[in-house]
Amino acid sequence: MSKAASRSKRGLGGWGLIAVPYFWLLIFFLAPFLIVFKISLSQVAVAIPPYFPTFDLYEGWQAFREGLSELSLENYVWLTEDALYWKSYVSSVYIAAVSTLITLLIGYPIAYGMARSPEAWRPTLLMLVILPFWTSFLIRVYAWIGILKNEGLLNQFLMMLGLIDEPLVILNTNVAVYIGIVYSYLPFLVLPLYASLEKLDGSLLEAAEDLGCPPWKAFWKITVPLSLPGVIAGCFLVFIPAVGEFVIPDLLGGSETLMIGKTLWVEFFNNRDWPVSSAVAVILLLILVIPIVLFQNQQQKMAEKNQ
Amino acid sequence: MKLKTMLLAVTSLSVLGGAALAQDRSVNVYNWSDYIDESILEDFTKETGINVVYDVFDSNEVLETKLLAGGTGYDVVVPTGTFLSRQIQAGVFDKLDKSKLSNIGNMWSDIEARVAKYDPDNAYSINYMWGTTGLGYNVEKVKAALGEDAPLDSWDLLFKPENAAKLQECGIHVLDAPTELFPAALNYLGLDPDSKDTGDIEKATELLKSVRPYIQKFHSSEYINALANGDICLAVGWSGDVLQARDRAAEADNGVTVEYAIPKEGALMWFDQMAIPADAKNKEEAHEFLNYIMRPDVMAKASNYVYYANGNKASQEMLNDDVIGDPAIYPPAEAVENLYTVTSYPPKVNRVVTRSWTSVKSGQ
Repeated sequence: MSKAASRSKRGLGGWGLIAVPYFWLLIFFLAPFLIVFKISLSQVAVAIPPYFPTFDLYEGWQAFREGLSELSLENYVWLTEDALYWKSYVSSVYIAAVSTLITLLIGYPIAYGMARSPEAWRPTLLMLVILPFWTSFLIRVYAWIGILKNEGLLNQFLMMLGLIDEPLVILNTNVAVYIGIVYSYLPFLVLPLYASLEKLDGSLLEAAEDLGCPPWKAFWKITVPLSLPGVIAGCFLVFIPAVGEFVIPDLLGGSETLMIGKTLWVEFFNNRDWPVSSAVAVILLLILVIPIVLFQNQQQKMAEKNQ
Repeated sequence: MKLKTMLLAVTSLSVLGGAALAQDRSVNVYNWSDYIDESILEDFTKETGINVVYDVFDSNEVLETKLLAGGTGYDVVVPTGTFLSRQIQAGVFDKLDKSKLSNIGNMWSDIEARVAKYDPDNAYSINYMWGTTGLGYNVEKVKAALGEDAPLDSWDLLFKPENAAKLQECGIHVLDAPTELFPAALNYLGLDPDSKDTGDIEKATELLKSVRPYIQKFHSSEYINALANGDICLAVGWSGDVLQARDRAAEADNGVTVEYAIPKEGALMWFDQMAIPADAKNKEEAHEFLNYIMRPDVMAKASNYVYYANGNKASQEMLNDDVIGDPAIYPPAEAVENLYTVTSYPPKVNRVVTRSWTSVKSGQ
């Protein structure tokens, strides 16, 4: 009843307001996606741009229809023929999932500590989390090379302490990739988590305590479930970009580090095969979008049930 | 009367505008990193009044992808011969207007003849530098690992697994450039380095895989510092880069002696060519830039700085002795006979080559 009322009240202004984000998605998501999708159905050519058919509006309807008939799913078939692509996808999802878990384990205590700290400190703590963004992402990843390499700061420090005799080989391995991803994406997890933990109603915890609930149980029964939306938002913000990450595996990873971002780079630059690399990108998008949509549906059902 | 003043105002404005335009002449150059003495660019601006907007890349693949996307905004670019030939085919470049290149007579006909394989009649490009892909090594460390009679002038250093295994300890780097490593492996196996046969490429892949466990890294620029600092003892690298490492080590006086060898089995000879994209905005200025580069004194200055040989015959008298006299830079005639050139792979074969390279590097 109230829903119907609000719908009927939505005037021109309301629609205009909604149109803005939809327009944004149309221009900056849907249009580029359609272009990439179209290229993924094309074939390689020695030309500018290096694929055909290219649609030229001046050539008329006939040429457009001929071009359409040239499109095919060949490149997608190709992706299934070489195990390299599947291994890259699986390995990327695996690396991203493990990194997300580690980020959560480190990020939760940080966000919790921030939310429970005296109110006067919070802006400063928040600032400290945001501060790394003031330096270029690329430079921060480069700095890790200096820290992790064989003669780097970390090895020198550990050898000075006498903990190790030989330098640890970390740079150019998957371990370095995990470190790079966790470090780079930690703020993306801490910020939404902090937002949901800060809103937590303290009186609930007090009530639990009054009723004889031990603190760890109160934390597990009250704080964790109520912070779940923040956990999920934060995990998505880490997991999704980490799957397609290119810079970190390229700079910190070794040649055995298999990630889809690097495979895509090789297709695009070394093979000059824009159509296949576009197909790789479209599949990557599907891999990421499907679980998100399923999750959204689940959430919606839950919400309706609760009401 | 009024009309006249207005006309006068308009014409004087357009004259001013014209003068301003003349002052704003510029040329956008896209070259390899660390590949020129920057004072050459300043001198060019002083002499011609043309501003140089200079930008750098570090792989042919990056340059090619930009060129194939079109509308790069660059007026002069410097691809390697094998890449150039494919780009010419794709219609990336315009033919040079040789009437604007009065210095073209300074060029070295031997080099022009070899470049004709990529750019028939040298219609689209001029040679900037050329060099070889060979072995850079740390003399002391290699001798310590393999003994005094180590095969320093042979691909055996890398391609014999027993040698590579001994050098693994002190570190081996290899260029991340499949189009240069497959020819090297093929040549070592006694096959045609320019072979497009996938069976041959498979054999080369086997050879590369047999030494893969001993290679620390595939990278196309890190080896310069690593050699100079003594972090590694062997690198498959580009001649001039290894020689830069040699000089850095000598300057640092850190007990590291770096040498470059053109292996006796042969090595790849490559050519970096300057060309003008068809969609360049400042073609006039680009021609002036190329003509300036072809001046003997300018070319000599560039080679003296980067330690690569150039394709300019007239510049040779002005080269420093440690450049023209170094057989690693200007190999003597009999060594040149051992050098081979390769052409670009057709798309299908190229895919096999990159895929094999990925499998060599990652074991996948």
